[in-house]
Amino acid sequence: MELIIIILSGILIGASVYLILSKSVLRIIIGTSTLAHGVHLMLLTMGELKRGNVPVLDAEVSSYADPLPQALMLTAIVISFALTAFLLAVAIKTYRELGTDNVEEMKGVPHDD
Amino acid sequence: MTTDILVLLPIIIPMFAGLIMLFIGRRPMAHRVGAALTGLLMLIITLWVIIRVYNSGTMVTFIGDWAAPFGISVVIDMAAALLLLSTTIVTFAIVVYSFQSIGMEREKFYYYPLILFMLTGINGAFSTGDIFNMFVFFEVFLIASYVLITLGGTKIQLQEGFKYIVVNIVASNFFVLGIAYLYSVTGTLNFADIYLKLDNYDGNIIIMTIVAVVFLFVFATKAGVVPFYFWLPGSYYAPPMPVIALFGALLTKVGVYAIARTYSLFFIGNSAFTHQMLLFLAILTIIVGAIGALAYTDMKKVIIYNILIAVGIILTGFSIMDQTATVGAMYYLIHDIIIKAALFLLVGFIIYRTGKVDSERLGGLIGQHPLAGWAFFIAALSLAGVPPLSGFYGKLFIVQSAFENNHYIAAIILLLSSLVVLYSLIKIFINVFWGEDMDFSKLKPVKYDKLLVSSIGLVIVSVAFGLGADLLYPLFEMAAEAFHDPASYASYLTEVE
Repeated sequence: MELIIIILSGILIGASVYLILSKSVLRIIIGTSTLAHGVHLMLLTMGELKRGNVPVLDAEVSSYADPLPQALMLTAIVISFALTAFLLAVAIKTYRELGTDNVEEMKGVPHDD
Repeated sequence: MTTDILVLLPIIIPMFAGLIMLFIGRRPMAHRVGAALTGLLMLIITLWVIIRVYNSGTMVTFIGDWAAPFGISVVIDMAAALLLLSTTIVTFAIVVYSFQSIGMEREKFYYYPLILFMLTGINGAFSTGDIFNMFVFFEVFLIASYVLITLGGTKIQLQEGFKYIVVNIVASNFFVLGIAYLYSVTGTLNFADIYLKLDNYDGNIIIMTIVAVVFLFVFATKAGVVPFYFWLPGSYYAPPMPVIALFGALLTKVGVYAIARTYSLFFIGNSAFTHQMLLFLAILTIIVGAIGALAYTDMKKVIIYNILIAVGIILTGFSIMDQTATVGAMYYLIHDIIIKAALFLLVGFIIYRTGKVDSERLGGLIGQHPLAGWAFFIAALSLAGVPPLSGFYGKLFIVQSAFENNHYIAAIILLLSSLVVLYSLIKIFINVFWGEDMDFSKLKPVKYDKLLVSSIGLVIVSVAFGLGADLLYPLFEMAAEAFHDPASYASYLTEVE
């Protein structure tokens, strides 16, 4: 199970590298959120996916799933969600001001007119 | 053991001040008063923290009373305490400077609360004792910096801000990846506990080296180390001057601090590779920064490339990692936070007054602004490391240690970089303040008393720091101990057990 998830996260990170290296602003943003998904899956896998019962303290159960990576992942998901939302807002403002969504044209020092 | 509130105050106070300012709405005058008062309060508290740490050693508190290593612990050792104080001094000066320079439009749109949120994140990153918590505080100050870099919405700000955000999001994701690897190896997130677990680590050293490289990639991107500095000259050029001063003085230094912390506590198993790599990159950073500083006549660019030189010098100290070098690196870190902010603010003053950024189109300003001129001169000497100003001590210790450890090339490049720094800044000084008089009727009729007070105030702080460096030596010795002797940092955990 872990192996499958690790391969999946590798595919996600590879796809995100391709997307981030492209020139369109929207593709870059989708790339950053895909990268976050890949990284979060990796983080989840690090505590072993299933090695016992749910992490609720119980007298009869001796083996629990590791709750810490899940808690960390939740925090990281919230952060990446906020960042994606903010980045989209910046992107639309940039498109309106500069009139382009091609990062190749976002060079040099533009002048306000 | 109860939670010690004093340890948390440097994080809590700016956060609540910022929140209250958000709730009272768009009232720039109230925001100004609030931000300045918060700055003063923070000055008192950080001084108190330093005195406490000096008298009774590292301050530790466990949030929610969950004992380490299970809960999140907040640890302020001397290094963190000194960084908290210098951060507060710089932020306070920049807040005062912003009153007359940032413009009412930006002030209306929550400029001061954002500065306070950034301060929350920076203070948190300095004082946390937990690697995931450090990631969260990194995100706190990064998202505040994303807003600050685009606030105002001019074309260059949006263009460079977008690149800045994307670069930092990618680096932050790799931070999470590094934490995931580290957690899978050690099974803990607490700095001290990771150190203890890795101290008698008998697994595959290659895994730890890979984790070290992932962390170096992350922090080097934030700190602007070659080869990950590519975003820095462009992005730091875009926002208005007080924001650049804040970024240039503080944000890169948080990255440097994180490198120092992780490379002293975690990655000591294979230091023949990791620390050599760090030294190599630090030297490259100095060289690239020197080339940039010599190449431009644009005052902003020259100072931005001077950031790179300083980052390289500090990292040289931390990569050698013996007592002399870490004391030197701590001296230079604190010195550079203060003097870089002062230089940015002085250059900002020249730009606001004349409306030009190219130093070759200015001249003869010394008659108009003798105080600013001589303050700039002293700041330039101090940055270059002329004794008895504050830059001298850090460089002296680092160079001495580099010679002792047979890193002759590093020591020589470090000494030569001082000449480059001096040349690049004195060139600005001569062009702007001496030479043929420019057309003084074109000077902008702006109010500038607060600009001068805050920037010259920072220069005075820096001079006082240089003159009192001998007296402060015990503090820096304590601060450096956490880096060259990581067991002393981890001692709060071993004493509990």
